Amino acid sequence: MAAEAVRTRLGKGARTRRTLANYWYAWAMIAPVVVVITGIIGWPLVRGIFLSLTNANEANVERQIGVNKMEATYEFVGLENYADILTDSKFWDRLGWTMVWTVSCVAITFLIGLALANMLNRTFRGRTLYRMALILPWAIPAFVSVFAWRMIFNERNGILNNLLEGQGIAGIHWLSDPTWAKAAVIAVNVWLGVPFMLIAMLGALQSIPAEHYEAAEMDGAGPWQRFWNITLPGVRSVSMTVVLLSTIWTFNMFPVIFLLTRGGPAGSTDILVTEAFRLAFIRSPRDFANSAAWGVLILLLLVLFAISYRRALRKQGEVW
Amino acid sequence: MSAETTRFDSGSAPAGTRTGPGSDPGRGDIPQSGGAGGGSGKRPRRRGERGPLASFGLHATLLFAAVIAVFPPLWLLVTSFKPKSDTFTIALISNFTLDNYDHVLNNTKFLTWFGNSLLVVVTTTVIGVFISSTTGYALSRFRFPGMRPLMWTLLITQMFPMAVLIVPLYNLMSRYGLLNRPIALIVTYLTIAVPFCAWMMKGFFDTIPISIDESGRVDGLSPFGTFWRLIMPLARPGLAVTGFYTFVTAWAEVAYATAFMTGERHLTLAGGLQTFVNQHTQDWHLMTAAAVLIAVPATLVFGYAQRHLQSGLTAGATKA
Repeated sequence: MAAEAVRTRLGKGARTRRTLANYWYAWAMIAPVVVVITGIIGWPLVRGIFLSLTNANEANVERQIGVNKMEATYEFVGLENYADILTDSKFWDRLGWTMVWTVSCVAITFLIGLALANMLNRTFRGRTLYRMALILPWAIPAFVSVFAWRMIFNERNGILNNLLEGQGIAGIHWLSDPTWAKAAVIAVNVWLGVPFMLIAMLGALQSIPAEHYEAAEMDGAGPWQRFWNITLPGVRSVSMTVVLLSTIWTFNMFPVIFLLTRGGPAGSTDILVTEAFRLAFIRSPRDFANSAAWGVLILLLLVLFAISYRRALRKQGEVW
Repeated sequence: MSAETTRFDSGSAPAGTRTGPGSDPGRGDIPQSGGAGGGSGKRPRRRGERGPLASFGLHATLLFAAVIAVFPPLWLLVTSFKPKSDTFTIALISNFTLDNYDHVLNNTKFLTWFGNSLLVVVTTTVIGVFISSTTGYALSRFRFPGMRPLMWTLLITQMFPMAVLIVPLYNLMSRYGLLNRPIALIVTYLTIAVPFCAWMMKGFFDTIPISIDESGRVDGLSPFGTFWRLIMPLARPGLAVTGFYTFVTAWAEVAYATAFMTGERHLTLAGGLQTFVNQHTQDWHLMTAAAVLIAVPATLVFGYAQRHLQSGLTAGATKA
């Protein structure tokens, strides 16, 4: 904020005297990042869009076999790939499940995170210990935890089914029944996501001045009223940011689904990104063109989402 | 570890007392404890004090959540000490053995994978933080033509799904014969790291008072000199947090690592762990040992850095 003020002051007073000389520094400083972004994001992006308009696959792209270099022989096919994808029900199925997956994961994670942060945001014995235990899932690389869950969910021998059978209940096909597999991937993703929410919301809660609560209490507000009228507005701006971040992350969450179910059974847990990955790297022959087209469509969806989110925030008077 | 705990304790204690009075309203968020807390106590209760039932509800809920958070990694750890035949037994300890670790360390390529991961991730982090810091500074301090587009580019590229870049990057790497080389992953991870680091660093530079820059300029430092000699030393905590996030993200990346690295010698940990349990092999006992070896250092680093997480997150998040 201070920076903002001074920046405008500098801008007004000295604009006439320092012109290009001033910009030169700024441009030199951003140059490395601009070069890198253009080179390794911009150029591949352009190429990706181009590939999505061709019929490139494993057999006809430019590649190196030993010392022999094979030239590219794929052809430009226009919007054919997109037309194929959008008229196929597979895309809409995956899109529907991706929406369900994203919304339920983010909503559940957010609610659990907020509830736990509220509980941790008070003084009691063992607070630090609880906090450390609760953020443990964040500390462990996701691909490791997912394997732990795969072991727990294991159908014949996993501990969950062992316990169920001990109670006389038939074991559940956690990862091979479409419905249970969906529940399982959501559960694992929530487990992975709660710590981030918890820490972010805890930070937001602690930034609410205690005086607000005291004043509300003086005025006779009950616990619920204080929660609705002070806590929720107080965590609003941080919530907006974390929900946006979390939505984008979940939408693109590759490792959980890829490592837990590989998209199965029969693609029922495949979200858009895992399907795009499967087309290019699992399926044989590898279909690069279609995968690139899926990628472009995913990007478009995300951009649309971000724009509408921003617009919704603006409408509500949020500065972001 | 105990020193860590106590230090953290003393750090969080003031925050706890500060928000002590404010902790009351949060109770409304948890029905089971909220109802009990509002109950008819015989002795008038002080503000922020909980009834025994509310206290029980709080601890029960937190304990339940903590058990769920800790169980999967704990189960991984416990299982890693069981021999192959006992992998799926329910007992905590059965036929304690270190054979799994012995086998993973001596008869698999685990250490090579570890080295590959370390090389890729450290290089990515150092390059990413280094080239992004000047951009963060320029965005925080200067106003220049091209600033808005650059900010937008950074924001949008941060939400790029891997699905849109993975095919073109794969094709480019394959054209230049870089597949299965660490540099392929380093370049790829930079596409994630650079926009993110630049954005985070801008947030941190914003928190450093601009008067420090001005005094530096008055004393005759160039903008570069100001940045390098005055601001960079002050931004060290910010650099550390940004570096840490980059490190963790790259360490846990699965999709690119799986697609780009195929030969057994070239795998990183994310790919290596998958080799224990797949269509052909079911070496759960070895997987658990490898998983523990991957998770323990990550958890230690995380435990050390987590003190900064909350401040880093809120600084990054609210500035966004």
